[in-house]
Amino acid sequence: MLLDQIIFFIFAAIALAGAVLVVTSRNAIHSAIWLITSLLATAGIYLLLRAEFLFAVQIILYVGGIMVLFIFVIMLVNLDVAIRQIQFNRQTSVALVLALAVGGLLPLAHYFLGREITLPPPHVAELGPNTEAVGQALFARYMVPFEIASVLLLVAMIGAVVMAKRRV
Amino acid sequence: MDALLHYFTQPQNYLPLIFILVIVAVLPLLAGYVVLMERKIMADMQARLGPMRVGPHGLLQPLADAVKLLIKEDIIPEEADKVVFLLAPLISVTAAMTAYAAIPFGPGFQIAEMNIGILFILAVSSMGIFGIVLAGWASNNHYSLLGALRGAAQVVSYEVAAGLAVVTAVLLAGTLSTRQLVMAQISEQTGTGYWFIFLAPVAFFIFVVASVAETNRAPFDLPEAESELVAGYMTEYSGFRWSIFFLAEYAAMIVVASLATILFLGGWSRPFANTRVFDFMDYAPPVLLGGFGLYCLYRLLKQPAAWQKLVMLIFGGILLLLAAAVALPLTGLQLGSVSVAGWKPAIHGGFWFVAKVVAYLYFFMWIRFTFPRYRFDQLMRLGWHFLIPVSLVNIFAVAGGLIIHRQQQVGLEVAMFFATLVTLAAALLFAWLAERRPPAHAVENEF
Amino acid sequence: MNVPTHWFVFLSMALFTIGVIGVLTRRNVIVILMSIELILNAVNINLVAFSRHFSQVDGQIFAIFIIADAAAEAAVGLGIIIAFFKNRETVLADEMDLLKW
Repeated sequence: MLLDQIIFFIFAAIALAGAVLVVTSRNAIHSAIWLITSLLATAGIYLLLRAEFLFAVQIILYVGGIMVLFIFVIMLVNLDVAIRQIQFNRQTSVALVLALAVGGLLPLAHYFLGREITLPPPHVAELGPNTEAVGQALFARYMVPFEIASVLLLVAMIGAVVMAKRRV
Repeated sequence: MDALLHYFTQPQNYLPLIFILVIVAVLPLLAGYVVLMERKIMADMQARLGPMRVGPHGLLQPLADAVKLLIKEDIIPEEADKVVFLLAPLISVTAAMTAYAAIPFGPGFQIAEMNIGILFILAVSSMGIFGIVLAGWASNNHYSLLGALRGAAQVVSYEVAAGLAVVTAVLLAGTLSTRQLVMAQISEQTGTGYWFIFLAPVAFFIFVVASVAETNRAPFDLPEAESELVAGYMTEYSGFRWSIFFLAEYAAMIVVASLATILFLGGWSRPFANTRVFDFMDYAPPVLLGGFGLYCLYRLLKQPAAWQKLVMLIFGGILLLLAAAVALPLTGLQLGSVSVAGWKPAIHGGFWFVAKVVAYLYFFMWIRFTFPRYRFDQLMRLGWHFLIPVSLVNIFAVAGGLIIHRQQQVGLEVAMFFATLVTLAAALLFAWLAERRPPAHAVENEF
Repeated sequence: MNVPTHWFVFLSMALFTIGVIGVLTRRNVIVILMSIELILNAVNINLVAFSRHFSQVDGQIFAIFIIADAAAEAAVGLGIIIAFFKNRETVLADEMDLLKW
């Protein structure tokens, strides 16, 4: 039990540190590497939440697919000039204040109203093997969103190919 | 602290740690001897002898190479990004070694029994791309970047085809766990009882081709082609860092060989495990190992120097010890209350697993020294225009065959035979379609 | 339920806030896209935590769809960036300010 909490703190710390470094790194490749670290820590959190299939999917798709795409594009557009310019735009201070205000609403709410507003009690049921459960639900109850997602991916593929073609 | 101590004194919690230590310690040595094996096989196919000088028959060559690489000067390019330059080989080798966690070397010899074992191996292997790409970028060298981008594009493309071929084997077994996959191929009670290579040969072929491309081996080794790109993404690495990349490449080769063994070649089971007629093959392991050991001792007599005799004696001794260990369960000894015959599945399982992995690696090396190198656009065309459509058709065919087998009570072998015929017809169609276009010119925007 | 669910919600909120700060503050368009990925990731953690809380698999299904959607969006977004870069040689959001040149 204590081990679970220690592991949660480790993964949460890595995820948060990675996220902060993504936003503050000067070099885009360093941002990408920190994002990979943050995504891997998130995959660890999924494993902690007993979502094994999602853990594997996160690493294969998000880290092994999307981040490779990001790194390719960063290498293609990498400008030595861009590293020496100012990284933060003119609205930085306002944005920081607003974002922290909105983000701080949740801890404030929990602090002031945590006694009255609580989560419903957890429903402790054993789910069985995670992959089977996900597969059953995905192909039975969520079949229509599944098909729509595949059409979405097809549209995205066509869009990417069209934009990457030379001027024909 | 007491809870941690109590946790780690239970066997199921410290045994994985011991396995991990064994793998991390033994793997570099093993990879070194795989390199020696490759050089000897290359020499044999080119009608020469290979390394003969360093030890008797070149057996100490890996140690000499390791020492040489360790004492070389460590050069880092001046404008290179130091942290990323240092990080890239570590990512490659970590990705290659972590995949060993889900590979069963025998019944019960597994670091972590996961019910998503195959997905875990695929996921961790896909992390190796970052090693290539970051190495190429951090070297601050146009040729390295070009080789790295090519290598990453190649790995990503063939990873899709390999994953789809893996899905076929998973369909036949009904589970993602590596241990259950092997059990499904061993006996009728737990699965189909046939090695999946006989039920889905097209999937095996696709997996072989895709795994050769994924590990950047010839004929798909353009990213590290010695004649075109100096050494591709590894150009600026010297000494020990380069040897880490090298180790990562050979470790990845052993991982895909193990994956193919688990998925298609029956894992740790003996060929014809269920047929009593072929039980004489149970004596093959001790005979083979004992034969090699005795041959080592025979060559010992022909060595001129005393230290060479010592090396041959050590190798022959190790092989004879292994032969004795493998022969032990075949005798009917009783050690106290433990019957030695009970160890047979474990020990013989380990032997057959290693034998199949070695055979697969030999096949890798065989194609390396036989076929000319693919040009990059031919490589991508092969991956996207041929392998991926064929593997998709294969999944449909095998799934259809399984449905017919389960609902129409047709025998599994018959259903899979027709599924294979359908897939081969589709493969011929796609091959004809791919050949029909005019020959591809090198595209000017290509990288 | 060894780790209370509201810890995961706080973590998700923190990551979301950091992502929002990244989107609003950075000039480099690619880093903005990466911050959007952070936001989507934070939402995923929230969904999976609640899926575990109620012992249902629906949250994980939603998370899978979000990952697929993030992939599509990253592909199209990066394609747009490459096309724009070929035209105007810049990746800074401040300089992408003319609708027609």
